[in-house]
Amino acid sequence: MSLGPYASFIVTSYALVTGVVLILIVWIAIDYRRQKERLRDLEASGVVRRSGRSAADI
Amino acid sequence: MTLIDLANPTKFLSLTARVLPWLAGATAILLLIGCYQSAMAPDDYQQGATVKIMFIHVPNAWLSMFVWGVMSLAALGTLVWRHPLADVAAKAAAPIGAAFTFLALVTGSLWGRPMWGTYWEWDARLTSVLILFLMYLGLIALWRAVDDPSRAARAAAILTLVGAINLPIIKFSVDWWNTLHQPASVMRLGGPSLDRAFLIPLLVMAVAFSLLFVTLHLAAMRNEILRRRVRALQMMQASQQAA
Repeated sequence: MSLGPYASFIVTSYALVTGVVLILIVWIAIDYRRQKERLRDLEASGVVRRSGRSAADI
Repeated sequence: MTLIDLANPTKFLSLTARVLPWLAGATAILLLIGCYQSAMAPDDYQQGATVKIMFIHVPNAWLSMFVWGVMSLAALGTLVWRHPLADVAAKAAAPIGAAFTFLALVTGSLWGRPMWGTYWEWDARLTSVLILFLMYLGLIALWRAVDDPSRAARAAAILTLVGAINLPIIKFSVDWWNTLHQPASVMRLGGPSLDRAFLIPLLVMAVAFSLLFVTLHLAAMRNEILRRRVRALQMMQASQQAA
């Protein structure tokens, strides 16, 4: 597969899309872990929901 | 589980936990197929291999508008029906929509330089998409600036609906004004003007990126629900300490 004289434009486009999509995935995964940790910490300190169920459980 | 059950955040979280792995798997498989088909697609007789940029540029451009459409429906859900997940859906979608719009702009520029001889031109299509990107950033800033989610929700919903005016302007800008950007070649009266060799990889990539959006959106909505639970517990903790 030859990408011709404009290969750098094509490769940069695909690399950029891959990079941004990976950043989105990692950001959302880290955010999920952070929120679960904060919920566990709060519950460990004795704060519970009115329903009595754990907020960190899904 | 009925549709109305999804209004309950706990049931929504339970459904999301079950659906997300399947969605992520389907997205990954379709993206792999789409990338393979894009790599194997023939060169265009005029554009050469740069036509391969189309397979990532067009899905991102479609999604940049689709995500704002989803946010507009969610804004109606916030303002009219006060659906508990409507604002969560809108807020979670905004950064993802901003990322797709950014990618549409940059891949468009990288496609434009070899084809048009310029990275940027202040014409109607490019400028209206840049405005869409700035509106995404404005909405994200608004949500971050207001601490109380319910107060931010109403202002964001109104801004989202006002911003929806830009969607038909983007879509029809290539018909209403003279522009360097080519007119619609897939969603047009008379059917797509693209050859099957380009159309099929493009549609596969469009479905793959749409699934990617659904997957990321559900995951981001789950995070937002958890964030609001954290906030509610922090407020309970503060009131217990004050008492």
